[in-house]
Amino acid sequence: MARLRALVVAVVALFALGPAQVMGEGAQREGVHVAIACGALGIELEMCAEAASQWARETGNTVQIVNTPNSPGDRFQLFVQLLSSQSSDIDVLQIDVVWAGMLQTHLADLSDMREEADAAMFPALVANNLVDGRFVAVPWFTDAGVLYYRKDMLAKYGFTPPETWQDLTRIAAAIQQAEREAGNGRMWGYVFQGKAYEGLTCNALEWVSSYGGGSFLAPDRTFTADNPRAAASLDEAAGWIGTISPRGVLNYDEEASRGVFQTGNAVFMRNWPYAWALAQAESSPIRGKVGVVALPAGPGGESAATLGGWQLAVSRYSKNPEAAKDLVRYLTSAKEQKRRAIKGSVNPTIMALYDDPDVLAANPFFGTLSSAFKNAVARPARPAGARYNQVSDAIWRASYDVLQGDKTGKAAMEDLEEEIARIAYRARWAETKVGQ
Amino acid sequence: MSARSAIDKARARSAWIFVTPMLIVLALVAAWPLARTIWFSMTNATLVDLTTYDFIWFDNFIVHAEGRWYGIFTDPQWLRALWNTLVFAAVSVSLELVLGVIVALIVNAALPGRGLMRAAMLVPWAIPTVVSAKIWQWMLNDQFGVVNAMLQGAGFVDGPVAWLGGSSLAMVSIIMVDVWKTTPFVALLVLAALQTLPKEIYEAARVDGIHPVKVFFKVTLPLIKPALIVAVIFRLLDAMRMFDLVYVMTGSSEETMTLSVFARQALVSFQDVGYGSAASTGLFLIIALITVIYIMALKPLGRERAE
Repeated sequence: MARLRALVVAVVALFALGPAQVMGEGAQREGVHVAIACGALGIELEMCAEAASQWARETGNTVQIVNTPNSPGDRFQLFVQLLSSQSSDIDVLQIDVVWAGMLQTHLADLSDMREEADAAMFPALVANNLVDGRFVAVPWFTDAGVLYYRKDMLAKYGFTPPETWQDLTRIAAAIQQAEREAGNGRMWGYVFQGKAYEGLTCNALEWVSSYGGGSFLAPDRTFTADNPRAAASLDEAAGWIGTISPRGVLNYDEEASRGVFQTGNAVFMRNWPYAWALAQAESSPIRGKVGVVALPAGPGGESAATLGGWQLAVSRYSKNPEAAKDLVRYLTSAKEQKRRAIKGSVNPTIMALYDDPDVLAANPFFGTLSSAFKNAVARPARPAGARYNQVSDAIWRASYDVLQGDKTGKAAMEDLEEEIARIAYRARWAETKVGQ
Repeated sequence: MSARSAIDKARARSAWIFVTPMLIVLALVAAWPLARTIWFSMTNATLVDLTTYDFIWFDNFIVHAEGRWYGIFTDPQWLRALWNTLVFAAVSVSLELVLGVIVALIVNAALPGRGLMRAAMLVPWAIPTVVSAKIWQWMLNDQFGVVNAMLQGAGFVDGPVAWLGGSSLAMVSIIMVDVWKTTPFVALLVLAALQTLPKEIYEAARVDGIHPVKVFFKVTLPLIKPALIVAVIFRLLDAMRMFDLVYVMTGSSEETMTLSVFARQALVSFQDVGYGSAASTGLFLIIALITVIYIMALKPLGRERAE
């Protein structure tokens, strides 16, 4: 019955509007149902639901918001289960910047949206979603690691924000000692994400890359983990544990490190931009005392920030791919990204929005961030492709061993290279080319 | 003669009719998945696309290529998981056995409130593992855990102990929780055996003035040995395929990863069906081997008794 009605509407529309417009507005048939799975961190879900229902009203379709687990790792596994059983339960998926290669066989080609993306969005983000010549997801919002510091403390002791890791170590140690002598016994110098999970891969990549030590696995799949600069950067990080960073940092994720920093117990913190809005919130004890700069550089290297962020993709098993694509187009449009930037401090993927006066008025720190995005380094997701989870697991385990003091940087990087070779053999990288 | 064989035939036929449904169910739920896992363990199938894969014989287990050894038997992580599993099984089963016997002896004694004790003893065993694992995970949490709060309050430790954070402590914690959980099972089996023991032997021993410790080692222990053997077989097989407790409490952390957790990680997180199936098949072979060794070792015992 519904199909018959849709047919009638389509036929009427064909005569009323003419063929060209019907092709263009293919998604606007009546009664199409689209399900979207978006993230649920903070007000993410609320913003997603608002925009999706707005789209539904404008197009006459219906939309369903699918609840997914909060942890990205769990969400990834849910998507794998749904997609590998070719389920059509979810039409539009919000995927992490490193998932494109792992999920690409299940994702529809969005090449007809590529031109718009090429023209307006950060090129690195667009390139990230090209797998074997297919454009599998549209960048929705982006992230990069940044260094937070206590403006008041640095001013009090006469320091400027650090430009190298050596500066950071020195300043952190000095302020920590001075504050402790002044009776602030819980003060620490530097907190970051040291737990054995994806976040540690991001932190380790920043250290290694800022020392000029590559990114473990080069874009052409050369194994580059075992080099003296990478080893030196990890050894330096291991030196922080128990001196300027609490031992508990080995179990910290983003929120745990933010907890220490936001209660005023750390001078420096590495985190994603989301922590800014929270640190500056009404109830925050460090409101107005926080600064954000690019992460420090290693000796002879340049500052490096790990690229993060989320994309919207369309499932290949979707029953209404055209409507799903239209929803993706709506959500990633400049208008909607601007709304999200103002309402939720979400970093747009459209470059021009970083010069938009309304956006900058709501988020004065966006100016600082665009330089962080310029120095952003990608995790080796493209060369690793479908094996990224495995490679990342090997990277964070190797880094963790060094932080914990079980291995030297050199030994850990040798073992890591061995392990990546193992993964490469299983994936037969020698016989296939890097997805382009 | 012919009448008897006709009856035999009829009996055999009805026996088959009764057994067939069971065989079909077994084939469906046990033999087919097992055969499929073994088949996949010799392929390079992945979850990315389960329909196309190559048959690669034993390359998932061990292979020498490009100057390196590959396959689970040479994978440091798998070997680490094997070591973890063996340590976990050996330590936890030994502790459970010793504690189980002690608990059984206590509740077997004619003490007041014995019935209540016996019921209370079963609580840890009755709680679903995922639930008790989650409870313990919170109790052992380094920041807000009640265990740390009590230890700090009593002055045993200065700062919070990271029970489940990366160190050998995590394995100790997991063994502790497993012992807490399954000692009642061992105790129950031993208690059942204790209650069948003839009272006269103990009266004779008491009349002869033999020390109770000697009575335990010379009389009780040999008599409850069959029950202990059953308990050990059950617990050993359970411990070798330990999954839920470890997965809930420490996830896929390397320090506590068991063979089952390794297999899950390869299959689901890494989508590597071939490698994960090989890991599962490896675990199956190891458990089969341990069971065979155990039964062989027990054979002389059974013969002894038969004589």
